[in-house]
Amino acid sequence: MIEKSRLQIPRPTARPGDEPDFSYLDLSPAGAVDKPAIGARTRDIEYLSSGLVRVLDDDHSAKGPWDPNLDPEQLQIALRWMMLNRVFDERMWQIQRQGRISFYMQALGEEAISIAQGMALRAGDMCFPSYRNQGLYMYRGMKLVDMMCQCLSNTRDMCKGRQLPIMYHSKDGNVFSISGNLATQVPHAVGWAMASAIKGEDHIAATWLGDGSTAEADFHHALTFAAVYQAPVILNVVNNQWAISTFQGTAGGQRRPFAARGLGLGIPGLRVDGNDFLAVYSATLWAADRARRGGGPTLIELVTYRGGAHSTSDDPSKYRPKDEWDKFPLGDPVERLKQHLISEQNWSDAKHEALEAELREEVMAAWKEAQKYGTMTEGPWLDPATMFDDVYAEVPTHLASQRRRLLEILDEE
Amino acid sequence: MAQMNMIEAIRSAHDVMMERDSTVVVLGEDVGYFGGVFRCTDGLQRKFGEHRVIDAPIAEGGIVAAAIGMGVNGLRPVAEIQFADYIYPGFDQIVSELARIRYRSCGEFYSPVTIRTPCGGGIRGGQTHSQSPEGIFTHISGIKTVMPSNPYDAKGLLIAAIESDDPVVFFEPKRIYNGPFDGDPEKPGVSWASHPKGEVPDGYYTVPLGTAEIVSPGDELTIITYGTLVHVAIAAAQATGVDAEVIDVRTMAPLDVKTLADSVNKTGRCMVAHEATRFGGYGAELAATIQKECFYNLEAPIGRVAGWDTPYPHAFEWQYFPGLKRMSAGIRRVMEAE
Repeated sequence: MIEKSRLQIPRPTARPGDEPDFSYLDLSPAGAVDKPAIGARTRDIEYLSSGLVRVLDDDHSAKGPWDPNLDPEQLQIALRWMMLNRVFDERMWQIQRQGRISFYMQALGEEAISIAQGMALRAGDMCFPSYRNQGLYMYRGMKLVDMMCQCLSNTRDMCKGRQLPIMYHSKDGNVFSISGNLATQVPHAVGWAMASAIKGEDHIAATWLGDGSTAEADFHHALTFAAVYQAPVILNVVNNQWAISTFQGTAGGQRRPFAARGLGLGIPGLRVDGNDFLAVYSATLWAADRARRGGGPTLIELVTYRGGAHSTSDDPSKYRPKDEWDKFPLGDPVERLKQHLISEQNWSDAKHEALEAELREEVMAAWKEAQKYGTMTEGPWLDPATMFDDVYAEVPTHLASQRRRLLEILDEE
Repeated sequence: MAQMNMIEAIRSAHDVMMERDSTVVVLGEDVGYFGGVFRCTDGLQRKFGEHRVIDAPIAEGGIVAAAIGMGVNGLRPVAEIQFADYIYPGFDQIVSELARIRYRSCGEFYSPVTIRTPCGGGIRGGQTHSQSPEGIFTHISGIKTVMPSNPYDAKGLLIAAIESDDPVVFFEPKRIYNGPFDGDPEKPGVSWASHPKGEVPDGYYTVPLGTAEIVSPGDELTIITYGTLVHVAIAAAQATGVDAEVIDVRTMAPLDVKTLADSVNKTGRCMVAHEATRFGGYGAELAATIQKECFYNLEAPIGRVAGWDTPYPHAFEWQYFPGLKRMSAGIRRVMEAE
């Protein structure tokens, strides 16, 4: 009985020292959720927003109607990309800890999302990522050395020293520039998708945001515009349970799943096991086909777990149990795909170890190369005069004058 | 040439650009079927279709953001924010996104959005339909801020804004949509028909962004202003008998410093004027710029005429609005100072 306050303050099921408790997470057995036709009416498929689309079972077999039936070679390719994402993150994390870059964010535990969705989309589709989608940039052709140079803000930095580490952009890969202000990219994706339809093209847009940032107005603007105009867009909510220290309930996840956020507007929602490569791939393909055929937007909630700290500036031991990830019922996406391949005799522990070693070498080689373009302590250095470029299409008089002033000051030094 | 008021001139700019460039699209609240609450987009949807003139949900943040996404995908969106007072829900998208996409991606991505919005007082709009927030936008690197003061400039500047690969926030002083206003609310309204800048070419032309205009030459004092107050300044100069050079800033950022400084170096006296509140306002930037460029030629402290530092009060519109009396008093102060 509430006696003083009528507010209900959401609290996670476990804090440091507590036994992890994921009893709040509604799970469906693998293969249990029906797969509807692409053209199904939203009102007829509301069950997709409360169930959990899963393909990979606990015994590592693939089950049910959402199995995309990918051939083993494709799955090995997928595993390689996911492992590369993880190995890269691990190395960059260490590099930050050694003080050689200022900041880093890893995708630990969420690698299936960027890779599976990257593979399910077409090259002409446009991605509006969040800050934990480095796998998208990798899969869409960005070289590791270029990503490292961005994190180093060195002479080969695609951002010319203007952006915090990890805020990449890739015009060639059709992956948008990362902002840092949360959820702002979501309505951009809708606008991009509207333009695609206005131009009569069949490219779609996809965008990602976290459970926490669904509270931003931008997310709701995006839902409204996407629903009103039936824009060909996939809106992905990566529910990794934690927004820095606040758990998903603080963004309203305890009341109804994030997948249900669009139902009131008529946007179908799919709640998907985000650590199940096959389920993520399959759900994305379904939504992409639907969008491409004029069926409008789909909201996908990817249920996953943030395996590491929010960023290198964060210490999760202050707010959640240390062993929470170990107890997460949907496990580790890399391990699950690996075991699936092994169970089908298409992979082995030995091959896995060999690949991991190969990827480590690839990452190390890239790091060696990246440092040639400058580090935080050693040149070559970016020219600070370039800070006045790209503010406008052409440098206006007042910026030209400020640049001259900067150069005078630098000369005096 | 045709006689146009500002609304017709703005509509004509849309029409000309939508004819010339199939990537130009319009979106905003009530802009489509109805043609806008001020009629600036009237007839465009009938002519160019529902895919190019889009009635938007009431979500300014969404309008700006969707326009950004469209711009990234090769369109040239013109987004209308129904009143400048409603622009704040879109502020983060303008400041953190629109203004910076080119910069943060080193030119790989950009979004050539034009945001049009009616601003200013004098229409009995109270504190939610009378604001002049333009100065806030001049503080943001990466966008251009424009405000015309007559039909000819409105069309030419809007076409230049739509063609610009940089994002532009385009303020329309709604008090002078239908005719110039000299700041005296007791006088009957006048139309643009008798004003030389009410003569507007039917077709394509531009007024380049980043250029101020001397609208009334003079030798004793330079009045730097924009929007509705251009007309008030001219009337006040006549009323006080001062031979003032009135300059219409037109593009507030980036600013045409040379035209302003050349004038003040010639006249030796300067007054800046805007409807917006005074403290931390755009007039302070103008005054500081003139002080730096013209200090040794100044014969008096630079004068400032502005709105009071209060919200815009409905019942006290003419006590709040810096009209003919306040402008004239400001002129006298600068002329009398030694």
